[in-house]
Amino acid sequence: MPEQLDLGPHLDGNALAGPLREIFAVDVTAATSRCAACGQAGALAGLHVYASAPGMVARCPSCEEVVLRMVRTPDAAWLDLRGAVALRIPM
Amino acid sequence: MGIVTPGFRGRPRPSGPELPPGQYLTEDFPVLSAGPTPRVPMDRWEFVITTETSREHRWSWTDLMALPSDTPTVDIHCVTKWSKLGTTWQGVSLDTLMSDVDTAADYALVHSYGGYTTNLPLSDLLDGRAWVAYRFDGDDLHPEHGGPARLLVPHLYFWKSAKWVRGIQLRFDDEPGFWESAGYHDYGDPWREQRYQGD
Ligand SMILES: [Zn+2]
Repeated sequence: MPEQLDLGPHLDGNALAGPLREIFAVDVTAATSRCAACGQAGALAGLHVYASAPGMVARCPSCEEVVLRMVRTPDAAWLDLRGAVALRIPM
Repeated sequence: MGIVTPGFRGRPRPSGPELPPGQYLTEDFPVLSAGPTPRVPMDRWEFVITTETSREHRWSWTDLMALPSDTPTVDIHCVTKWSKLGTTWQGVSLDTLMSDVDTAADYALVHSYGGYTTNLPLSDLLDGRAWVAYRFDGDDLHPEHGGPARLLVPHLYFWKSAKWVRGIQLRFDDEPGFWESAGYHDYGDPWREQRYQGD
């Protein structure tokens, strides 16, 4: 990223636990994701989560690109994972 | 909409007909952020309109400051349900920026420093309804509110008023932006309560 960054107010990936539990039966914050932008792998709980927004935006702690976006509407949950190569969910 | 009733500012009042459906009035200015606040050195800042034929029209910060500006007073409506009435801005009208741009495009995809995008019809950026704004409430626009410059399209939900704006791509198709591709409405008219896809 060419710009200088001021991270601003954000949470860690544990903030995803409740909203994601609505969709997945397991606690997905223990899952490992790989960032599609820089390849860094790590627990979802380690993502930088911006929640003061129209949805939740989880960013890679290494490159700050978006890994996961989640929007809850009155009748649906939208989960955009295009910023993750894959999720490894321990079973 | 966009009309300030003299004398009511600062006085608490319940939601009235001046608010779109489902909105509540706020006096402060909540900061919504989907990521880090980009800091762009002013000597490297630029605003670029790219046409459907890839023709680029560029403005440096100095170029932008040299253009005639407007001082609109407008109501703003966030999809997270707060509305703020009678906000005062200074910025350059998109009519001014588009005056030498030759295009047949119907849609615009707005790009920001930091990677944010949002889509809207090109016609909603014209006819005195949209600005590249760089001052708010008499001061330089603070970075947390999108400074040095943000798009201001107050007749649509405020996520369309992209913070840290860096350019507009003119297109024949309506490419969904950052929130529009994750469930939010492609147009986002607060008076028709177009919050989500399908509204
Ligand atoms: Zn990354």
